[in-house]
Amino acid sequence: MSALSVSNLRVDIHGKTVLHDLDLDLQPGSILGVVGESGSGKSMTALSVMQLLPRGSNWSGSITVAGNDLGSMEEDALCQMRGRDVGMVFQEPMTALNPVRTIGDQVAETVMVHTSAGRREAKAVARAMLNRVGLREDRFPLDRYPHDLSGGQRQRVVIAQAIALRPKILIADEPTTALDVTTQAQILDLLKQLVREEGMGLMLITHDLAVVAGLADHIAILKDGAVVEAGPTREIFRSVRHPYTRALLSASAHVPKRKRRTEPAVTPVLSVSDVVRDYPQPRRSLFVRPQPFRAVDRVGFEIFHGENIGLVGESGCGKSTLARAILALDPLQGGEIRLNGKLFSSAGDGPHPELRARMQVVFQDPYGSFNPRHKVRRLVAEPFHLLKERPQGADLDRRIHRALEEVGLVPGDADKYIHEFSGGQRQRIAIARALIIEPALIVLDEAVSALDVSIRAQVLDLLAGLSDRLDISYLFISHDLSVVRAITDRVLVMKEGKIVEQGDTETVFRNPEHPYTRSLVAATPTLDKALETDA
Amino acid sequence: MTMTATTDRGFLRAALGHPAFIAGFVLSAFFVLLALVSFLWTPFDPAQLDIPQKLQPPSLEHWFGTDHFGRDMFSMIMVGARVSIAVAFVAVGVGMVLGVPLGLYAAAHRGSLIDEVVMRGNDLVFAFPSLLLAIMITAVFGPGAINAIIAIGIFNIPVFARLARGAALSLWTRDYVLAARVAGKGKARISLEHILPNIGNLLIVQGTIQFSLAILAEAALAYVGLGAQPPLPSWGRMLADAQTLISLAPHMALFPGFAIIITVLGLNLMGDGLRDLFDPKLRRDRT
Amino acid sequence: MTVYLLRRFVSLSLSLVAASLVVFLVMEVVPGDPASFMMGINADPSAVAALRTQLGLDEPLPWRYLGWVWGMVQGDFGISYTYRVPVSELVAERIAISLPLTLYALALSTLIAFPAGIIAAGRRNSAADLSVMGATQLGVAIPNFWFAMMLVLVFAINLRWFSAGGFPGWDEGFWQAMKALTLPAIALALPQASILARVMRSSLIDTLDEDFMRTARAKGLTRSQALWRHAVRNALIPVLTIIGLQFSFLLAGGIIIENVFYLPGLGRLVFQAITQRDLIVVRSVVILLVFAVIVVTFIVDLAYAAADPRLRRRRS
Repeated sequence: MSALSVSNLRVDIHGKTVLHDLDLDLQPGSILGVVGESGSGKSMTALSVMQLLPRGSNWSGSITVAGNDLGSMEEDALCQMRGRDVGMVFQEPMTALNPVRTIGDQVAETVMVHTSAGRREAKAVARAMLNRVGLREDRFPLDRYPHDLSGGQRQRVVIAQAIALRPKILIADEPTTALDVTTQAQILDLLKQLVREEGMGLMLITHDLAVVAGLADHIAILKDGAVVEAGPTREIFRSVRHPYTRALLSASAHVPKRKRRTEPAVTPVLSVSDVVRDYPQPRRSLFVRPQPFRAVDRVGFEIFHGENIGLVGESGCGKSTLARAILALDPLQGGEIRLNGKLFSSAGDGPHPELRARMQVVFQDPYGSFNPRHKVRRLVAEPFHLLKERPQGADLDRRIHRALEEVGLVPGDADKYIHEFSGGQRQRIAIARALIIEPALIVLDEAVSALDVSIRAQVLDLLAGLSDRLDISYLFISHDLSVVRAITDRVLVMKEGKIVEQGDTETVFRNPEHPYTRSLVAATPTLDKALETDA
Repeated sequence: MTMTATTDRGFLRAALGHPAFIAGFVLSAFFVLLALVSFLWTPFDPAQLDIPQKLQPPSLEHWFGTDHFGRDMFSMIMVGARVSIAVAFVAVGVGMVLGVPLGLYAAAHRGSLIDEVVMRGNDLVFAFPSLLLAIMITAVFGPGAINAIIAIGIFNIPVFARLARGAALSLWTRDYVLAARVAGKGKARISLEHILPNIGNLLIVQGTIQFSLAILAEAALAYVGLGAQPPLPSWGRMLADAQTLISLAPHMALFPGFAIIITVLGLNLMGDGLRDLFDPKLRRDRT
Repeated sequence: MTVYLLRRFVSLSLSLVAASLVVFLVMEVVPGDPASFMMGINADPSAVAALRTQLGLDEPLPWRYLGWVWGMVQGDFGISYTYRVPVSELVAERIAISLPLTLYALALSTLIAFPAGIIAAGRRNSAADLSVMGATQLGVAIPNFWFAMMLVLVFAINLRWFSAGGFPGWDEGFWQAMKALTLPAIALALPQASILARVMRSSLIDTLDEDFMRTARAKGLTRSQALWRHAVRNALIPVLTIIGLQFSFLLAGGIIIENVFYLPGLGRLVFQAITQRDLIVVRSVVILLVFAVIVVTFIVDLAYAAADPRLRRRRS
């Protein structure tokens, strides 16, 4: 008998159809991967199974959980089902737990709500569950609070909560998207192990094909609220039938075409030497002044003309801090930064503003990168503030239009407001803003991380083309190794404020030397790796 | 704070369709209008005594009745509106004009001496219960409309400074402000071009709320005799006069009270409506 | 947590010192000098001189300030110019009315506001919610002294359930005294309860939107279980600070209300002192009230630290 069976599911929210003709089947002891980009309806599918749809929703069709038809159940019965027959893990571990209650309490709560177990019994179960998910008692006693735990640890607590009563189904909605790649690997391993040992059915929802390829027995691909293709994983990837699946596959593995430069370099475009960034720590005791936290520890590297350099590392390694230091958004506590040989900033000496024009930036969040009150023309032209001779009138218009065209937009877009554009388009506008003053270097801080896979491929193509055509160098910062691999010539690997390895991108990824790089590369799911190994 | 960059025309249309905003606007505008009209015309001369007619309940001749000196209540309320609204308006204006730049400056120079001074200053003013501060100032410097404005205004300065500083601080970490810094813009320019326009809506909403609080504060001060002095009429003082005669002539207390309530209510509704219109919360329709 | 509390303590102490400076200096800025201000224009010059000596106005400013502060620390607030008794005695009498009144009003306000706010947020957009919103919207617009007058009109004059004013004293019996404080407390409490209810509602609505509420439902908690076990407890934390502010408003509001009910509390004392230009009394009462507000603020900080475990950050 299926653990979960969905047929002909249709969900409307305020009259708008978000899911239709949806069929899914999940067997006990197996993993179903539900894959789709944003807006495909994958989260709605999970919420439908949990019957936690938002207000104003209507659904029709049939959903059967462990033999029970959800359509005929009242809210009381549904409350009993949740947590007991179906457990759910959400995307954001940092906010998924109640900050003012202990982790022991929260895991025990699942038990106490559904069974007649007393406090002590429930706590014992909680202890067992926390041990099960890898949070051992010595470091993680029951009276810890969530704010003492990292993202990965919190996600383990959420999993412990969800499986406390050994449900037949576990739904995980993007459980590792907000986590580092090494943590992601651990959590995915944990989930796999739980499925094997408990005979649970796991519905794993993700946008990442590589994750699902390595883990799932069956896949369902969602687009615009419907399943476009479903079946056993191997089959789907071997004989790609639906055009959307094909597009998704190729976008995931996409490597833009680039001209590789091999000419010898002269003065580096950017030269970073011995850079140090310290953060003051909050006072913990009254008498001892805390040591500052060293976020960037004597980092040095160079970027030569026409090169694209990648900077990879997990969260907290200091790459964003380094980026901000290079952009002179924060002062240096040591070392110096030179642009085209000229001193830009150093410890104790602020940035020389006239050199700023050599360098521009593209940020991660397409929704926070722009002042919502300004029109696109004003947003794109902002860097002209750095020039002594600022273009005016017709000349200004011409340059704005040209920048927009370079990134694949039209001059007419200059008179619109930013909220009229999608995420991918906004990143294009951000790129237009970055290149309008023709800098030698653009720092891209996680610039494609927030984009859907197909859009990401397009933007990477754009960036590759621009770099070739306009002779711009990139410092490409990302936690996503596959993206960095696609677009950079050399790569720097950062850990705890230091560069632990650097070299030619392909070489570093194929034959990593430093143990940390090795663990990063090993933990990163890739499609080929996933399809090669036996599940 | 997510700003929905609706066009101006779209905003107007939304505003006209928002019941709380319209109701609030109409109610507060009513008294502002009365105040303005009072410069041109009042049914009777509010200062004119008419002892034989004293303590009359509302009638066709005297719409709101007469007070203990026979003065027409409706006219007094009209003219009283001038004082109450003017005092409140100027006090809040002073608070905004002085407080917002302080807050913006403190946020732009976070951690600096000015920031510390502004924060400490705010804490200091907040340590005084607001009415107490007003009482102290008017007690020492004498009662009167101007001193009431100063007293109420002084309390508004840290309210706006704290609001502006808090909102500005959260905006300074936004990517578009970082982009402006990378484009070489300095703190003052960024505060004017990027920060201020994006906290404007917050300030307007708070402004209407402070306005309504100021009207209540002015009424309280006038009630205890520390507000505008005779011959300037004031709603609060009308209530003080009404107190001893309340069983004989309840209308003397009712109408000024209603005037205050309706004006304050109107302003609050308008403020709530504006808040909705500026920042319609994404319909969080969680189950 | 200790660091947090210590920091707050230092900050509040500084505020107290700064406030005392302000109060002291404001009194100095009166037209003429304090002595002639107090005695009036037509006073006899030698009497003014005598008062000047008595007040120590000949001494340098910093000395007078420190002397005043040192006196207060010892409980000596000077001698009232009008009543010729130690101010501390006057204040002690009046506090016996003002403080219970404030606490009574605070209790009433909280008792009304919390259930109202919770119900409104829990049943959003229902009839209950709309009525609470409507009532509170009206409640915040009503001047408390006007409301007091209406209460007197209805309950004292027409229904004769309460007396229209005055205070029998605590010696006449606890319940008699409380009865006399009831109408004033209600008048004070209602507008504050309206504000508090709205804050409670808004804080709870925000909390209900948090991710951990979704987690709670996914575990199988019913809506009402999730509300009480997770949302209300979390939502109360920011509301704590508001209660501290409420104390300050109630204290100030009480000053005005006493006027309506002829209660011999601190308010009456201050106003009489103002009319009689008794700066010594005014100054003492003001600084005492500020002190009370600061103490309450600190208590609220303590409660906050106890309630929110995030302030007890351990090294993770």
